[in-house]
This record gives sequence, structure tokens and C-alpha cells, in this order.
Amino acid sequence: MNKISLIIRREYLTRIRKKSFIIMSVLGPLIFAAYILIPMYFATLEDKEEKLMVVIDDSGLFTERGPNGPVFIIQGTETLKFQVVEGVPVNTFRETFEESGYYGLLFIPSNILASESSLIYSTNQTSLVISEYLERSMESEIEDLKLASHEIEDIDKILAEVETSINVRNIKWTRDGKTQESNTGVIMGIGYLGGMLIFFFIFFFGSQVMRGVIEEKVSRIIEVIVSSVKPYQLMMGKIVGVGLVGLTQFLIWMLLSAVLVTGLKAVVFPELNQTPTEQVVSSDLFDKGAGVQDMSQPSPEILAGEDMDMAKEIFASLKSISVGMILASFLFYFIFGYLLYASMFAVIGSMVDNETDTQQLIFPVIFPLILGIYVMINAINNPDNALSFWFSIIPFTSPVVMMVRIPFGVPWWQLALSGSLLISTFLGMTWVAAKVYRTGILMYGKKVSYKEVWKWLRYSS
Amino acid sequence: MNLISASEVVKDFSGHRALNHVSMEVPEGSIYGLLGPNGAGKTTLLRIINQITAPDQGSILFEGTPIGQEHRHLIGYLPEERGLYKKMKVGEQALYLAQLKGLSRQEAMKRLKIWFSKFEIEAWWDKKVEELSKGMAQKVQFITTVLHEPKLLIFDEPFSGFDPINVNLLKHEILQMKARGATIIFSTHNMSSVEELCDHITLINESETVLQGEISEVRERYRANKYQLIFQGSEEQLAKGLDSRFELLSMEENGMGQRATIRIKSEKEGSGDLIRNLVEITEIKAFKEILPGMNDIFIQVVNDTNVKKGA
Repeated sequence: MNKISLIIRREYLTRIRKKSFIIMSVLGPLIFAAYILIPMYFATLEDKEEKLMVVIDDSGLFTERGPNGPVFIIQGTETLKFQVVEGVPVNTFRETFEESGYYGLLFIPSNILASESSLIYSTNQTSLVISEYLERSMESEIEDLKLASHEIEDIDKILAEVETSINVRNIKWTRDGKTQESNTGVIMGIGYLGGMLIFFFIFFFGSQVMRGVIEEKVSRIIEVIVSSVKPYQLMMGKIVGVGLVGLTQFLIWMLLSAVLVTGLKAVVFPELNQTPTEQVVSSDLFDKGAGVQDMSQPSPEILAGEDMDMAKEIFASLKSISVGMILASFLFYFIFGYLLYASMFAVIGSMVDNETDTQQLIFPVIFPLILGIYVMINAINNPDNALSFWFSIIPFTSPVVMMVRIPFGVPWWQLALSGSLLISTFLGMTWVAAKVYRTGILMYGKKVSYKEVWKWLRYSS
Repeated sequence: MNLISASEVVKDFSGHRALNHVSMEVPEGSIYGLLGPNGAGKTTLLRIINQITAPDQGSILFEGTPIGQEHRHLIGYLPEERGLYKKMKVGEQALYLAQLKGLSRQEAMKRLKIWFSKFEIEAWWDKKVEELSKGMAQKVQFITTVLHEPKLLIFDEPFSGFDPINVNLLKHEILQMKARGATIIFSTHNMSSVEELCDHITLINESETVLQGEISEVRERYRANKYQLIFQGSEEQLAKGLDSRFELLSMEENGMGQRATIRIKSEKEGSGDLIRNLVEITEIKAFKEILPGMNDIFIQVVNDTNVKKGA
């Protein structure tokens, strides 16, 4: 067997047999899902608690006479109830508010029309949801009042006719003249996810390469190995072996996620499996078109189906982006980005005797990668500006930045330039890394600086 | 035929020359000792022969051809700092290292079984290296060094870290390998092992060769014309009868009789002249030349060159 493949085999097998690998493979998608689901779960928990708010309405604009005394005009929600109190100053609540069990006190001053502000008193911070709800409700009440003061006939009817909701749908014309519907949010999400995955992959498995090199140095087996194989073969074998571990992990995650997603889809959106997506999209468009005539009476079915529309739209967008193209470029940047950085991580490993010494050496190496993340976040909103363009061409940041640009569509020449620059930088970097690595692995005891490394570069092989 | 010939090897590290025009001829089938104080450049030379580092000048020939990738399988190397993958199992690791030296998996497995039973360590096969003691790990490493039956074995300080029993085991194995036809180069500080095992030596001091040759010839070169005599008789008898060309250095009582150390003052006289003189005055029981030990030669040569450099 070829020596480099022996090394790859060892690096691969020893790693995927580790307990930590198996645990990460299974738990990875679950942890990922938990990151999303747990905050959502907590959010729903919080809402269950019923809150009672005292209202003192000095303006009188928001109080109606009911059979059981005064009633607040704004309807309470499931978890938020109002109780109007009359003829009591705000300060009477002040001392005993904590014990009273009220969530808060809403004070509407008599001059609300002019001042356009009201106050909420409470012992703890009022939640943003509640303040927004109150603001919105009071705004619309006051707007109604102001409109009513103009004494226009049939005001309600006019308003209903005027009310419009515009849904901007994004239809892309592809080069071959077809139309594609896309959702910018989904495109952003996919690009962002791809870029982040590449970042974490490079960082996580790059450090594994580094740790592997240190392990060989510290255990002193390195000298035996490099008497059997060239240092370059050992370095590349390690980089490829660890990279394959990463790909394996990624594939396991994809498979598990696919199983999870199809499972969820079958449970949550069963009709999606019955109708082909194109039909859903076209019939949906048709519905909307037909709805224009009787817009004044929005059909209750459409309102109820709003969530469903959203889901359909997301799946339609997923379809509109060329999945093959994204996957191919993801794998390309995933692999070559990793290879480029892994050789630098290997060099750092060869420069030190223990892991703690790596701290300051790592920073210059990962700096471009972190910069790439910042540019990527900007590029999501401006995929075609100069910053995004240059950082998606420069090889040290292109794996991360190009990923967010691809779903928006990137000209072929840019992809070719970025890709070939990445490959040639990887080759050059590996050549340089091998020279440094070869010297570094036999150095013990002294702390090595990048200045020293520059000298090693000029040693003969 | 020389298995290895190193000629005019120079190796520079930043601001320091590790080897300065060092040459060495290692005959096939011999045991070659590479001696020298710490930091003299022994390990650097061994690494160059192992193609771990490359020389800045000079060349290494393996059986007359410049050393290259095809020779890696023909060399077994036991570095001074021993080490194995700590988290890997013993058997698996030995198989891996053997395969890196070009053995097939099956062949490696077959040979490992033989060696493991020879060293009585079969029970270690599935243990992780970190569970072994230092001595145990060294045995495993020795096996992985010799398993592919290389033509050339290079041991850097092979006896350090072994207990006396294992040192003997190791010496025995080295002689066995020589008998099999292998060539062995080893560096050491252990001079008694040099006298016991080596056919040739090179002594390196401060990056330069200071002494080189066949061990018997080297000892001959450093002979001090001293002889040991065991005889029946008294000290006065000997002292009185000894010719002025000879000098009595010391005298002691020995179980078998008197033991005397005598030096021949002049280079022109031989041992025959001394014996002729002794026959007349004592009854000789034993007579032999005292050749200097490698230990003495080592210290003498290193000190001499250091003085010369200092001057």
C-alpha cells in the first residue's frame, strides 16, 4: 500500500473510532436543533402566565361604560387582562404595588392627544411584547378618534377599501429565459449557514491537525515516522485523514438531518407531499390574483392559510436556487478552504512543544478567517459590492465570503478566478508549510517565532 | 564493500555548524560505533543517513549509489528519544510502523507474532502504549525497528534507559543481526559496549572527526608500550634484574603470584626484548600487552583536541 494512504488510513481510523467522534456525530444535529428549539420553548413558557394590568385613564378616551362598571376599550389578550380603576391617583398604588399582584399600571394622561405618550409603572421591566401591543392598540384607537372627528360619511367602508397589503414576490429571470421565484430571506439563510459551516469546519478540524502534529512531537514518534516517510507525506496524510473525518462527520449530520427534516415535514406539512411544489406555487399565485376583486372581504381561508403560504414559499425558494450548484461550490470551498488552513495549522503544531504555546501563534493565522466572517455578514445584504467581491476572490477569505454570494448568483468568471486562486494558494502554502514543518518537527525546547520560521524556509531539504 | 560512505558532510544550523566535513566509511556486515561527547553532532549525522535532514554539503552513498527514497525500507532506526503513539494499541501500532517500512500486513503480522513470543510480550498486543512501563515500551520499539530485517540498523544511544538484563538482551540481538549479515551503526557513551561490539569507530568532537578506524588498530595506535607480567618471585628480584631500557611502573600481590606493570621506554625495543630480559630474572606465569581501553582513548582524544582548539 502507498505510504501516504497508510498514513491517511491511520489518521482516519484512530479518529472515527474515538468516543467523542461518535457522540458528536449523533448529537451534532440534535444540539443544533436544540439551539433553535429550546429558546422557542422558553418563549412559549413565558407567555402562559396571566398578567393583570391596572389602568388609570385620566383622558377618559379609552374607557367605556359597561354593565359592570368601566371597561378598557383595548381588548385583553389570553395572557394580558386590564382592570380600569377610576378616581384614584397613581400614587395610591405606589407603596403596596409589589404585594398587590398587578403586573403593571398603565397611566393615560388627560392630554394624551397632544403629548402622544402614556406611562407604565411596574416593579420589574415590562416586556417589549406588551409595550408594543399597547402602543399599537392605542395608536389605532386614537387614529380612529381623529378620523371620526372629521365627520366623513361611511368612513368605515372607505377605510376598508383603502386598506392594502402588498406582498413583494421575487421572480428571477434566469439566462435561459425561465422565471424562478425566490425568497431573499431563504437565500440569505442558506449562504450564511454554508459560510458558517465552512468557518467552523476549518477551525475545528484545522486545530485537530495542529493537535495531531503536537502529539507526534511530544510523544517523540515523529523521528521514527520521518525516517520511514518524507515529512511532506506525513503532513499531507494527516491533513487529508483529518479532512476525511470532517467530511464523514458532515455526511452523517446531513443524513441525520435529512431524516429529521423528512420526518418533520411528514408530520407538520403533510399536503406538501401530495402536491408538487410548482403546482402549489402557481395555484397560490392564481388565488392571489383572483382575490383582487373581492379584496374588501378577505376570505377567511386565506387568512387561516397564511402560515402554510409561508412554508410553501420557503420550499419554493429552496427549489429555485440551484441546489446542485450550491452543494458543489460548498464542497469545493469546504475542501480547499480546509486544505489551505490545515497546512498552516500543521506548521503551528510543528513550531511548539505543547498546546499552550499555540495561543499567540494561532492569531495571525485565523485573523483572515474571522475577518471573512465579518465581511460575510455584510455581504449577505450587499452580495455584489466591492468589499464582497474582493473578499470572495482573496483565497484566505473566499471560502467563507463566496458562500453567501453564490445563492444570489455569481458570474462564472468570478467563480473561476476565486476557485483557481484558492487552489494555487493552497498548493503554494503547502509547499511553504512542508519546508517549515520539516524543520519544526525536530526542534525541541525553544520557543519559536515567525522570524525563526523565515530562516527555516531557506534551509535545504 | 562499504554499505554507507559519507563524504565531507557539512550541516549548518542557524549560527552553528553541526557537522564540519565529516566522512565515514561503514563496511558491509560490520558494527560501527559513532562516539563523541554530547552535542558533538552524532545525532545530526545519523539523521542525515536516515534522510530525516539533508546535508548542506557532501554526500551519502548507500552501496555506492546516492542515498534516496528507495533506501528507506533498507534502514531501521531507533532514535535516542524513544516514542510511540500513546493512545494506540501496541499490536496495531507495530503493524502500522512495519507497513510504513514496506512490509505487507500479513508478513508484518507473522513476524510480529514471532518477536512477541520471543520477548514474551504476547499479552501486550491489545494494550495501549500509555499503559506500558518505559522499559516495556522500549522493547516494543526495538521490535518495530528491526522487524523489516533491514540491511542497515541505526541505533542512537541504544543502551540508555534499559536495565542491565535488557542491555544484555539487546547486545545479544545486535550480534545476532550482525551474524545474519546486517550492518549496524550505533552511537553511544558506553565504552565497554564499544569494545565488546564494534569493529570500527568514528569519534566526533565539536562537529569534526577526531579519531577514526578499526577498533583494534585504534587501540594499537594508542598503545603505551605497557605490559602486564605475572610471575613467581619477589619485587626486589625483579627491580634489580630489570634492564634500564624498561621501567617498572607498579607492583601488587595477586592470588597467582606477583603482578607487575612494565613500560618499554624506547620505541625501538619490542616485547621480545622485554621477555628475554624477564626470562633471566623471574619465572613468568603470564605476560600480555596492556592495550588502552576505549574509555581512556575517548577522554584523551577529546581533551587533546579541546586543548589544541583552545590554544
